[in-house]
Amino acid sequence: MGDNPSRSGNHTAGDLDVTPRHARGAGSGVSPSSHEEPPIGGGGALPKKSRFSMETGFRGLSTSAGAMVLVIIVAIAIFLISKAVPAIQADHENFLTYNRWSPNEATPAFGIAVLALGTVLTSIIALVVAVPIAIGIALFLSHYAPRRLATPLGFVIDLLAAVPSVVFGLWGRDLFQEPVRDFSVWLNHYFGWIPIFGGDGPFGQSLMLGGLVLAIMVLPIVTSLSREVFQQTPGMNEEAALALGATKWEMIRTAVLPYGKPGVIAAVMLGLGRALGETIALALTLGITWEISFNLIQTGGNSIAANIANSFNEANDTGRGALIASGLVLFAITLIVNMTARAIIYRRREFRDSAA
Amino acid sequence: MAKRIEASNVSSYYGSFKAIDNVSMTVEPKTITALIGPSGCGKSTFLRSINRMHEVLPNARIEGRLTIDDQNIYDPDVDITAVRRMIGMVFQRPNPFPTMSIYENAVAGLKLNGVKKKSLLDDAAEKSLRSANLWDEVKDRLDRPGAGLSGGQQQRLCIARTIAVEPQVVLMDEPCSALDPISTLAIEDLMFKLKDRFTIIIVTHNMQQAARVSDKTGFFSIDKTGEPGRLIEYDDTQKIFSNPSQKKTEDYITGRFG
Repeated sequence: MGDNPSRSGNHTAGDLDVTPRHARGAGSGVSPSSHEEPPIGGGGALPKKSRFSMETGFRGLSTSAGAMVLVIIVAIAIFLISKAVPAIQADHENFLTYNRWSPNEATPAFGIAVLALGTVLTSIIALVVAVPIAIGIALFLSHYAPRRLATPLGFVIDLLAAVPSVVFGLWGRDLFQEPVRDFSVWLNHYFGWIPIFGGDGPFGQSLMLGGLVLAIMVLPIVTSLSREVFQQTPGMNEEAALALGATKWEMIRTAVLPYGKPGVIAAVMLGLGRALGETIALALTLGITWEISFNLIQTGGNSIAANIANSFNEANDTGRGALIASGLVLFAITLIVNMTARAIIYRRREFRDSAA
Repeated sequence: MAKRIEASNVSSYYGSFKAIDNVSMTVEPKTITALIGPSGCGKSTFLRSINRMHEVLPNARIEGRLTIDDQNIYDPDVDITAVRRMIGMVFQRPNPFPTMSIYENAVAGLKLNGVKKKSLLDDAAEKSLRSANLWDEVKDRLDRPGAGLSGGQQQRLCIARTIAVEPQVVLMDEPCSALDPISTLAIEDLMFKLKDRFTIIIVTHNMQQAARVSDKTGFFSIDKTGEPGRLIEYDDTQKIFSNPSQKKTEDYITGRFG
């Protein structure tokens, strides 16, 4: 895709870089005393290429910037592991399955199970709710809305991404909780036979509330990235579909959605990254309990990041190590999700690369 | 399989800009008609008006009457998608769907029209690829990306995709302008072959091509930028290139234009 222009851009940059040197070298080689400007193409002997040019300088700069990423990642991993391992060794219960968090006692006992489950469940709710809506909005903005409406609406959605998460948290806790509670009661009444909607209450500060608040938070990022890739669909492919007798929706299904799929997956991954790592909004909206439960609507739930925020102040050395260990688990979850997404994109790679 | 296209007093607009003025011509079934003329003279606009692709652009509209076998293409009750299925189009730059394989590209139009049965699709893919003189080159790699083919092969794939839905008329908008001479020749051969089944209208900048392939030729021109394009002369290709009746046509085909 963007390969050719950027490559030719490089060529031009190289040429521009060489030409003045070339001219200067030729001038000084032939007639050092002459004040006459040599032609820009050089007139005399071919000058030697210089050993230290802007070219090598830029290459060094960009290489070190690339290497920096690796160094930082490795440094973070080493930090997390070195703090986490002693704490996990001090743990008197199974770190992966135990459902309490008491790392500050004389006999520390803590486990990640409830936290990891809460993190994953709220993120799943967020994506299940947000992604279809986001794709719908993105398609509306890119293909249905008149430009006069699309531009301001896109701006408003980008603005939604700028709202601080603590504001979402407070809003979710104080205002959004009521409708979600009513909705939960309704779900419980009609779909209570499904375990995730079962239970006898109380309802309200639940995984559902946290997940829905997260959904609103990931909506803008998924929307604006998806809109961006949908807009990049080559016009000639859209016309090809229309000329085959496609309706607008069929054209979108044939040309726009398949073309945008890798981009949408990347957008969803970024949204998921935000959902998994979200701290304060969940700390404010979840019920913070320590029961392992798949129930989405009963008051309860907890998440890794929210727990770190809630427990860090009163943590001793082992406590901090335990929290860092939970951070390591979050890191691992994010990594697995990202690698899966990359694998999905990679599978159809040849179809992307040949689509120059 | 092939139908007659009749245009009477067709003018096409982009917003308030009039791109072509008062074009009338009749295209007989199973013939090849070439539209030639300088850039910006409205020949592509006219072509796109025939299958209602013109109105894809915002504020684009036409006046006048366009019919296919006496049915009004612009009748308000007519389903646009049906018009476009009946009048297929091949574009200037090869535009296979980048996410689809060769096979999927060939049957894309059929799938859009609800054909689901594998055996039908297989047959149609082979038939259309054979008709497009592409089958022998791709039969062993039908599952490879369509965009991985060479430019000429891609254009033949696009022709296969267009004729797979069995249209009545095939419009070609400078189909060879992005291709090398050998691929161009392959497309021209193909056009002769397709003439038995379809009515073909081709826009081209290449006058030798128009002279080689077409039965009739229409010459479009504009007086100056900003003016609408007009159909200057429409006649048998032989006559246009040997003994045109208009001075403008003669100037253009002998290279003395402008």
